[in-house]
Amino acid sequence: MDSLRAHSEPKTKADAANTSAQGSAERSAPVWLAALLPAALTVGFSFALPTIAQGDTIRIAYDWVPSLGVSLSFLVDGLSLTFALLIAGIGTIILLYSGSYLAGHPRLGRFTFYLLAFMVSMLGLVLADNLITLFVFWELTTVTSYLLIGFDHASAKARRSALQALLLTGAGGLALLAGLILLGLAAGSFELSAIIAQGDAVRAHALYLPILVLVLIGAFTKSAQVPFHFWLPNAMAAPTPVSAYLHSATMVKAGIYLLARMHPVLSGTEAWIWSLTLFGAVTAVWASILALRQTDLKLALAYTTVMALGTLTMFLGAEATVAVAAAVTFLIVHSLYKAALFLVVGNIDHATGTREVGQLRGLAAFMPVTAIAAAAAALSMAGFPPFLGFIGKELKYEGALAIASEPLLVAGAAVLANALMVAVAGIVALRPFYGGEPATPRRPHEAPLRQWIGPAVLAALGLTFGLAPSLIADSLVQPAVSAILGRPETVKLALWHGVNLPLLLSLFTFVLGLLIYAGHLWIRQRLTALDTRLPLTGDTAWDRLLDGVKALAAIQTDLLQSGVLRRYLFTIFVSFALLIGASLLITGALRPPSAWPELMVKHWVVVALIVAGACMTTVAYSRLAAVCALGVVGVGVALLFVMFGAPDVAITQLLVETLVVVLVAVAMLRLPSLRPDSARPNRRLDAALAIAVGAVVSATLLAVTEAPFDRSITAYFEQTSVPEAFGRNIVNVILVDFRALDTFGEVAVVAVAAIAAFALIRAGARGGRP
Amino acid sequence: MKSLILSAATRLLVALMLLFSVYMLLRGHNDPGGGFIGGLIAGIGFALYAMAHGTEAARRALRLDPGVIAMLGLGFALLAGLFSALAGDAPFTGQWWFIGAEEGDKGLPLSTVLLFDIGVYLVVVGAVLTLVLTLEEEV
Repeated sequence: MDSLRAHSEPKTKADAANTSAQGSAERSAPVWLAALLPAALTVGFSFALPTIAQGDTIRIAYDWVPSLGVSLSFLVDGLSLTFALLIAGIGTIILLYSGSYLAGHPRLGRFTFYLLAFMVSMLGLVLADNLITLFVFWELTTVTSYLLIGFDHASAKARRSALQALLLTGAGGLALLAGLILLGLAAGSFELSAIIAQGDAVRAHALYLPILVLVLIGAFTKSAQVPFHFWLPNAMAAPTPVSAYLHSATMVKAGIYLLARMHPVLSGTEAWIWSLTLFGAVTAVWASILALRQTDLKLALAYTTVMALGTLTMFLGAEATVAVAAAVTFLIVHSLYKAALFLVVGNIDHATGTREVGQLRGLAAFMPVTAIAAAAAALSMAGFPPFLGFIGKELKYEGALAIASEPLLVAGAAVLANALMVAVAGIVALRPFYGGEPATPRRPHEAPLRQWIGPAVLAALGLTFGLAPSLIADSLVQPAVSAILGRPETVKLALWHGVNLPLLLSLFTFVLGLLIYAGHLWIRQRLTALDTRLPLTGDTAWDRLLDGVKALAAIQTDLLQSGVLRRYLFTIFVSFALLIGASLLITGALRPPSAWPELMVKHWVVVALIVAGACMTTVAYSRLAAVCALGVVGVGVALLFVMFGAPDVAITQLLVETLVVVLVAVAMLRLPSLRPDSARPNRRLDAALAIAVGAVVSATLLAVTEAPFDRSITAYFEQTSVPEAFGRNIVNVILVDFRALDTFGEVAVVAVAAIAAFALIRAGARGGRP
Repeated sequence: MKSLILSAATRLLVALMLLFSVYMLLRGHNDPGGGFIGGLIAGIGFALYAMAHGTEAARRALRLDPGVIAMLGLGFALLAGLFSALAGDAPFTGQWWFIGAEEGDKGLPLSTVLLFDIGVYLVVVGAVLTLVLTLEEEV
């Protein structure tokens, strides 16, 4: 009944038709409305454009946890505004699209909510000006993306992918938290705007390297750099609009955002330059090779996303203005074309029931608008003029050559990755639409308006910005570059740079790309053959890691959780005696009391009663006798309470003693009788332990009574009990008034304990394992 | 356990214990007692009744399932704690009303503190009886 899967499994088409007939009318309405929120946000953010273009920033702050230096502060500067506009703008398109794509899906409402929640987390992440706020939103994106990737929760693959993304980015998030806290301590502030101002101090700090490593782990896991890249293609188990959103402008770009945000603070050192350049270059080249290998359109796009992330990381490693400008421009280019292409693939899937390149030919005749949008987006992706992608690519080459440390490596990686990009653009967005007849499970048809308008707008933007790059150059790219570098910069974008080395590299890229496209079937065969011979991929390594963790957990559970009550009690008492006893000895609190209290005869009688009861308990051979002897101890203690003026405690003690005897008497019907040989295998050990625990408790009590007694709280209760709480019984007034919240917690524990015991007794009586 | 003497004596004894438990609950604010002690006395009373007349009879006499009683008590206690929000105070701040108070006579004092103590009483009765009755039935 899941219309999601119906798109790829033609058998359930009838089911899908049924559900959409029932539900689409009333269920798609809220999705229309939901798109208004990101639309309004986009408009709102665009009002900030003039301010940001002048080089100003906007900061909004509220106190959150002032005692910890955590504030809910937000900063709008060139970098965060660029991201915010992409997130909100593409979010609008995605919400419009998914209302139609998932029309009639029984959980469309929930889907919309997840999507909006994700969008808000993402916006919070890029706008946050406080390290802790940033981290909270970072984790929120992890959680909401888990819900989105695993949306089709009936499929085991979706569940696995969602969990993988959650664990991997969650682990990275923990590293990031540690890194951010260290950074906050090193900089002396948790406000980003304050930290950015003192990048030199942080770089010279002893903690710089740990901070860098931890922050990079966070960023690299989130942005799927090799060797953490495998979660991203797996996340394609999500519905296509989710993939379009998560992998164009948002989730995976969060790591890139973090690197850009940290650029003024952490960049410029050898460690920063080399780790970003190397990880980025390897990721870019490796992912674009893997992209060629895929036959599923969506997977091919997923790998090109990894490639884009690698490229961005590589350029953020640099200090040169033009390299950073290349990163910012490519970020915008990539978000536009990648979202458009994912949505195009969604349309193809929706219309034909398949995403396999082998079956898809000649679709342009059936879906002309989608074909045009696809072509425009693909040309931007491949970097052909006059699209924005061309400007991005020229800038990349210019930036690569400007990188002082290793221009050949960066330029080489950029050329190779871009050439492969040209080939993949052809495979994904051109090949399915032209030449031959479609051999698809369904007869293709054009997508409805709400599904083609999004990709069309995005592709058109790619063309518009390419023809008139000044539209984004002053308002977005230049402020963003200034924010990343932490100094005012001037950036000019132009379509025509004259005949220079980048242009020659561009021409070389096209030639190489077309060659790869011509031979891509042959290359794919070789890669597939190679694939089967690889001993270990990231994905299988991940499975082994998880299996290892599970095995380890099983071993330690077997070791620690024996299930034998005796052993648990033994462990508890041994640790109690050792820990308390050792700390008494170490702190030197152990000393004889200065004065023995004056005891009257009646006190000695009660003490004798208690001691006799305790001895009796240990030597009794029948449970009934042991319980009664224990009762004597309890009553003796209650008598002591009475003698020393604590009637409430004495009454409670007596009543609980009574109840325990009742409960034990009932339970005894089932318990085996006491036998000295089998039931108590180590009587001497037990005796030693009992004496040790008793001695430790006694010594502690003596040490406590030796310490001067602070009566201030007692005096406070004595003074305020009657005038403020209208009660003369201080014990009860404390319980129900002064410390009512504690009491509430305690009675909640009592109730929950009763429920738990109830369940245990019932399960035990039915012979099942509790 | 069927014993004529026990069952005859229990009828009287349990009634007295229940009455006594309410007395302990109400006097608790000024003298030894309170919801916890009252709840224990009532719980033991019903446990005694269950021993003499069987758990069936005890459950009938209770009218409500002990688990429900415990949850009701928790609800009362929470209600008493949240009531202070109406007065704009922090949670669990006691609110007092002196009905018919005059000069030299404080009238009938009512408070959320009393409601809270009744909640504690019910939780203890419910929890004790959940344990005792299930143990008697299952073991």
